[in-house]
Amino acid sequence: MSAQTAARTSADTARASGEARLSVEQVSYAYSANPSQAPLFTLEATSFQARAGEILAILGPNASGKSTLLKLISGALQPLSGRVLLNGFVTHSLSPKTRAQRIAVVQQESRLLFPSRAWEFVLQGRHPYARPMRFETEDDVIIARNALAQVGAEHLGDRWMDQLSGGEKQRVILARALAQQPLLLLLDEPTLHLDIGAQVDLLDALRRLAAENRYTVVVVTHELNLAAEYADQVVLLQRGKSLRIGPPANVYQRELLEHVFQTSLSVELGSSGRPRVNVLSG
Amino acid sequence: MRPLSLQRLLLRCAALAAVLFVVVVIALKLGAVPVSLYGLGRDLIRVMLGRSSELSTDYGMIVIDIRLPRILLGIVVGASLSVAGTSFQALLRNPLADPYVLGVSSGAALGAILAIIAEPHLAISPELAALFTPLGAFLGAAATIAAVYFLGRREGQIDSSTLLLAGIISASFLSAIILFLMTTQIGRDMHGIAFWIMGDLSTPLQQKLRWVLGVGFVAAAGAIYTTASDLNLLLAGEKEAMHLGVDVPRVHLVVYIAASVLTGLAVSVSGAIGYVGLLVPHVMRFIFGSDHRMLLPAAAFGGAIAVVIADTLARTVVAPAELPVGVMTAMAGAPLFIYLLRRRLA
Repeated sequence: MSAQTAARTSADTARASGEARLSVEQVSYAYSANPSQAPLFTLEATSFQARAGEILAILGPNASGKSTLLKLISGALQPLSGRVLLNGFVTHSLSPKTRAQRIAVVQQESRLLFPSRAWEFVLQGRHPYARPMRFETEDDVIIARNALAQVGAEHLGDRWMDQLSGGEKQRVILARALAQQPLLLLLDEPTLHLDIGAQVDLLDALRRLAAENRYTVVVVTHELNLAAEYADQVVLLQRGKSLRIGPPANVYQRELLEHVFQTSLSVELGSSGRPRVNVLSG
Repeated sequence: MRPLSLQRLLLRCAALAAVLFVVVVIALKLGAVPVSLYGLGRDLIRVMLGRSSELSTDYGMIVIDIRLPRILLGIVVGASLSVAGTSFQALLRNPLADPYVLGVSSGAALGAILAIIAEPHLAISPELAALFTPLGAFLGAAATIAAVYFLGRREGQIDSSTLLLAGIISASFLSAIILFLMTTQIGRDMHGIAFWIMGDLSTPLQQKLRWVLGVGFVAAAGAIYTTASDLNLLLAGEKEAMHLGVDVPRVHLVVYIAASVLTGLAVSVSGAIGYVGLLVPHVMRFIFGSDHRMLLPAAAFGGAIAVVIADTLARTVVAPAELPVGVMTAMAGAPLFIYLLRRRLA
């Protein structure tokens, strides 16, 4: 992993040490079909911070603003007010290339128009580092191969993307994000189409990667128990409002969750010391 | 894991260039007047050495003065249409996109005809007049692709079936206007009508236009090639491309303008030759894969080869009469279009 660490400049490390790597400061947003009308959806001012190696889950029911918040963090959207800082830089103001060197985004669906092999797909993660008209270097190939190895997918390299199972595909997509050698890894509902075994595999891999590579990981999800098990911090959203932010044990309180998810449930402490949620029928 | 290298790219291009060379030699040999391969080779070498006066036979003049320019024209037109088709397919994320199917060629033809009609009424110097028709064709192409792009959107997203329908309707609408203008303004001219609607390489090119065509092709195809690796990522969607560091609006603008230039140039000298931009990129993608750094040059060579072959058939199958080259490309391309459409729906 020497290439991985070499990519970090010393300035980055200096800035990151001791303080928050990701800092969301009073960020708000509003969608509207046309400017003269009232907005269709608003995200109220939200603030939180995350350090290197930390996993943060954005949790909430449908239409609570999870994906909007993720887009604001990634810099794809410009906040209405407030700002998102990554190592002291405003994410929205970075050039597309620089942003892609620091932030990797794993989206819900990755549809390909023409078939491509898994290794070609992973190698795309090196694009932010290539100059135009340049071909991939030996280093790029090594980094891509390492990325596949880190998610346990070396054997998938020569397979076609459209012939992989949901779990295999998700691992290859994650490998492409790792090939970007980012500081910040953003995942939008990464477990959506995965069975429970593949979900656990993926989140185990994320926790290991966050610890080993010192990524800051932000995961959008509505899987209460997976977030409780894997996240260091949870941001609980409801209809564009962040209701509570903190470690799972502080956020997971029965009345609060019942109110947000509109169903009766129970919260107990699991064997790992993390909260566990059971949905009660009837 | 063996990514594309410059060496492999050049090797493959050399192989394609060799195929093109063989096709050109065969195309020079075939025709109403028979020529021996030996005499042909000798004459070609003499022309290359600048000793045209020593051509062996009168037939040599036919080959060098009539067949060769037409073949060279076919090479540039084929390469332009094919690169434009490859670019539109990536830009619109639609494997069925092609300048002809999307109506862009018809738009370019209409632009060119409007330029021809308007030119005598405008006081422009003869030097600029040569540029006027290709300029009209470029503007026609650019306007059509913009219109089809907006008509093909549903709820802010490009919808591939709506896009294709919008293109096909535009093509038919624009062809009707072309027929109307050709009949009322230029006089009923069946050859002219066939030229603009089906495409034809039999009209010799003016000396000035040769430069415009050559320089225009190199500049536009070169501009598209600078975005080749960005286009690879755009295939997965604009959002993904953006997250991987692609400046999406810039790539869109470059490819949109350059592909319109290529279509405009090709159409202004050869009319609306159909399906080259659809058929060739698919065949090349099948052989070389979908990496645009390889696909774009392969499509350029493939387009040149396809159009030279199609035009040679157009010249020879009903000899001594001639077919417009677009008849041959449509006969090959339309069934392929149906096949691709069926496979997509399946």
